[in-house]
Amino acid sequence: MTEFTPIASLVGGMLIGLSAALLVLLEGRIAGISGIAGRLLPPWRDSLFAQRLAFVAGLVAAPFLVGAATGTPVTQTVSADLALMAVAGLLVGFGSVWGGGCTSGHGVCGLARLSPRSVVATLVFMGTGFLTVFVMRHVIGG
Amino acid sequence: MPILVNLALGLLFGVGLVVSGMSNPAKVLNFLDLFGSFDPSLAFVMGGAVIVAFIGFRLARMRAKPVLAAAFQLPTRRDIDARLIVGPALFGIGWGLGGFCPGPALTALGLGAAGTLVFVPAMLAGMWAARMLAERT
Repeated sequence: MTEFTPIASLVGGMLIGLSAALLVLLEGRIAGISGIAGRLLPPWRDSLFAQRLAFVAGLVAAPFLVGAATGTPVTQTVSADLALMAVAGLLVGFGSVWGGGCTSGHGVCGLARLSPRSVVATLVFMGTGFLTVFVMRHVIGG
Repeated sequence: MPILVNLALGLLFGVGLVVSGMSNPAKVLNFLDLFGSFDPSLAFVMGGAVIVAFIGFRLARMRAKPVLAAAFQLPTRRDIDARLIVGPALFGIGWGLGGFCPGPALTALGLGAAGTLVFVPAMLAGMWAARMLAERT
């Protein structure tokens, strides 16, 4: 069980949205993390490598900033089943780049742009996400 | 200048992920567990993010070009193809297995959980494989 945190989640979501809004207004680009991270890998096709790396560096630094600001280290619960996490990572990486976006590119920016492709993609990954957790927790019982 | 802007925006995005609870896989998995320990918090993350981003894209559409770059680089495709179904379907399965999507996984990297340290390289390998396969087809 995790605690229901509507206010913190809404505020956090608005910060994510603000980052996406500023990225398009300032740089004209979509804040899609699978696109940003995927293009850090070879083959390199454009000259934005440093910008994308800087964005990812900001992502990685964020929990330490939050920890320093609140005086409480950021905690989380990650599955210790490493084989499961390896499969999950492969699927997330492959699927997000193959489908042209993830929760941020399709789910946040795509929905905000009212893109029909992103609406379809978001419905599909939400659907298989719900289904996967249902099977894992209530059918297999893991 | 663009480097610092991107660093700041990555930081802002990451802080949003941490504050919202999105960077905690347990919270994500409970959101996806409709018929069990359902935690609706992440609907508020999505709602808040989409509303603010919507305003940003509206403002962007009123401009000829972005403030710091020569031109907008926004997707123009509108077709629904097999890749748009298969990719997100696989992504959703992985998301449901691990509780991580790409942003939160990268944000969690420095916290050093073993599961994250396995997930992120696997994710990058998957991204690379998809790019290579896309180049061939």
